[in-house]
Amino acid sequence: MASTIRVRATANGDTTEVQALIQHPMDSGFVKDAQGQIIPPHFIQQLTFEHAGRAVFLADWGPAVSKDPYVKFSFKGGAKGDDLKISWVDNKGASDTTTAKIG
Amino acid sequence: MDHSLTRRLILQGAGSVALIGLGLSATPAFAAANDKYPEDAFKQKTGADAIKALYGKTAEASDKVKLDAPEIAENGAVVPIAVATTLANVTSISFFVSENPNALAASYVIPEGTTPAVANRLKMAKTCNVIAIVESGGKLYSATKEVKVTVGGCGG
Repeated sequence: MASTIRVRATANGDTTEVQALIQHPMDSGFVKDAQGQIIPPHFIQQLTFEHAGRAVFLADWGPAVSKDPYVKFSFKGGAKGDDLKISWVDNKGASDTTTAKIG
Repeated sequence: MDHSLTRRLILQGAGSVALIGLGLSATPAFAAANDKYPEDAFKQKTGADAIKALYGKTAEASDKVKLDAPEIAENGAVVPIAVATTLANVTSISFFVSENPNALAASYVIPEGTTPAVANRLKMAKTCNVIAIVESGGKLYSATKEVKVTVGGCGG
């Protein structure tokens, strides 16, 4: 299965800019479906970015993060060709992990 | 009587086994992160309560926290919001949407070496204040901006 995580990490000088887009419904638990039934909450709770075995960015998300979440940040120390490991886990215990090359 | 008690015990037993199963499947991916999910803070209704639950202190407004959000969001389901700061020693950045059912939307840990700036997209139920909190040197600094929402992001 294709990864749910799409990442673009670009090294510019000593700073690496990271943009990530994740496919996830991020259901809040407040929305009803067409039959009037509440759609149960289903959202990513934690997202981590690791570079060279070190966490460079951690996110704790609630259901107010938009569907198919997007996040952008940058960190110092990454170089072209380095691996960046990204993983998430949601409130149902599902998870996904991917490794991207810094470009 | 006896029979129903046994039945209850068996059911309880089955329940805890299921819970253990869930716990095991959820932990391995995040064993390395060591970052506990702030369940309680995400359940608070108001911004002030959520800030207290998350940090245990209150924030002071600061013009060194730059909150970038649209004046008017046509679609409350996807509101691009970003924050950046010139403050030093930033350890975390959080976003609160005051009129959402639960105010805390997202909280980010900023390790040393990571630029204290985050962009993300949040849902907004209606027109209200977006609050960004920056934790710097153990103190909290905030920026607030009102975003007008023409179509709420809570559906229904």
